[in-house]
Amino acid sequence: MAEDKTPILKVEDLGIDFGGLTAVNDFNLEIFDREIVGLIGPNGAGKTTVFNMLTKVYQPSRGKILFNGEDTAKKNVVEMNRAGVARTFQNIRLFDQLSVLDNVKTGFHNRVVYSPVTAVLRLPSFRAKEKETEEQSIELLKIFGLEEEKDNLASNLPYGAQRRLEIARALATGPKLLLLDEPAAGMNPQETEELMSMIRLVRDHFKIAVLLIEHDMKLVMGICERITVLNYGMMLAEGTPEEIQANPAVIKAYLGE
Amino acid sequence: MEFFSYLINGLGLGSVYAIIALGYTMVYGIAKMLNFAHGDVIMVGAYVVFFALSSFNLPLIPGVLLSVAVCTVLGITIERLAYKPLRQASSLSVLITAIGVSYFLQNAAQLLWSSSTKVFPAVFPSGSLELGSLSISYLTLITIATCVLVMVCLTLFINRTKTGRAMRACSEDKGASTLMGINVNRIISITFAIGSGLAAIASVLLCAAYPSVYPTLGAMPGIKAFTAAVFGGIGSIPGAFLGGLLLGVIEIFAKAYISTQLSDAIVFAVLIIVLLIKPSGLLGRRIREKV
Repeated sequence: MAEDKTPILKVEDLGIDFGGLTAVNDFNLEIFDREIVGLIGPNGAGKTTVFNMLTKVYQPSRGKILFNGEDTAKKNVVEMNRAGVARTFQNIRLFDQLSVLDNVKTGFHNRVVYSPVTAVLRLPSFRAKEKETEEQSIELLKIFGLEEEKDNLASNLPYGAQRRLEIARALATGPKLLLLDEPAAGMNPQETEELMSMIRLVRDHFKIAVLLIEHDMKLVMGICERITVLNYGMMLAEGTPEEIQANPAVIKAYLGE
Repeated sequence: MEFFSYLINGLGLGSVYAIIALGYTMVYGIAKMLNFAHGDVIMVGAYVVFFALSSFNLPLIPGVLLSVAVCTVLGITIERLAYKPLRQASSLSVLITAIGVSYFLQNAAQLLWSSSTKVFPAVFPSGSLELGSLSISYLTLITIATCVLVMVCLTLFINRTKTGRAMRACSEDKGASTLMGINVNRIISITFAIGSGLAAIASVLLCAAYPSVYPTLGAMPGIKAFTAAVFGGIGSIPGAFLGGLLLGVIEIFAKAYISTQLSDAIVFAVLIIVLLIKPSGLLGRRIREKV
């Protein structure tokens, strides 16, 4: 895809140590606008650690993360989110005791600006902003087929719906790059099928790039345009789904000898 | 009729506990810490109103507003200087720091304003509303009305504004909140600001009922309100409200019908019984341990 453009995300020689243990080393990655890229590897390979570095939950020990061509070394988690990186979690982390609608609204936190004073006095500008947030949130819920559930507590949603709500909440922050950590975990084949078309739809509708960690090979091979394989914190391979499927090192890492 | 008059008095006292308890419960809900210096913020608030009214001859409303402003700044400052550096520390360290802050404030007050008791001026009209044989003092009415107003405003704030929403989100999962772009440190500051501002309001109501101002004045109401917060389910705002009111009513009934001296013991005995039956308090949620 469009090699002449600057990538939305460019990761150079990224690495992190925990004490004496090197969890990830020499990790490189480029993601271009509106690309769907897969990050795969055996358990414990460091995939979620990469996500945690990209969102600055962990500060990398080495290397560079360029987002939109800009060095992010000084950015913290909140600033990274404002710059346009949003994510979901391997084990769902919704706000269980908030309604489905409120979960999405929290995503809009930085995109709605009104002063506490106008909120306390309930001035028209406050009402207008809240109404706008509400409309945009419902719009998002509709895309994910969750608008009927808007007043339910997030914890009462079925599993698949919770996964969809997490994606909706992440999108509410207005990202340019969406990180999905095992979005299909625990889904049945039909739900996975629906998720695949949903990820494509999200990419086209919101005009964003997607980086996903996934163990479901049908999903990964089905929607990713490029795949990076991680093993023991090191990059094992990268390429198109066809190249990865044919790569002997990858087959060895997954199946053993 | 006696029963009703005790009940109303109990609700009046309980309203003060409820307003203080909100400070404990909100801070616990969001920062997951017990701010034992909260009672001493009430004491500072009382001194500020006292000086504003008697030394600077300010009218009541500006005096209260000044006190709210001072306590809000004090609350934010305490959090910044004493608790924020301990964000990653064990909860025991934070708890002990809070007790340290409490002693610091008490001793600072003693140093600044001496340990002698100052008489709080009468701020509300004396007299009472007569309803048949029932008589309710204006102070009690004002106290209950203030508590209801505080509760309504706070509920609207928490449920209808983005900051309130962010507070609820932070109380559930700080990590996920930050990743949604919410500045958790800012939310914690706002929580301390609101709790301390409410403490200032409570101090006026408290001193109007018991008109003496001294450096350890916040200790007992603080402990009682903390009990009320635990009673109602710490972390829950309606819980603090309910716990405060119930505690006030129980205290007054115990004083009226059982024994004045044993009233505090009875209050704490009721707390123990409630916690034995429902360990998370009346309206508290069961806390699931994350694995």
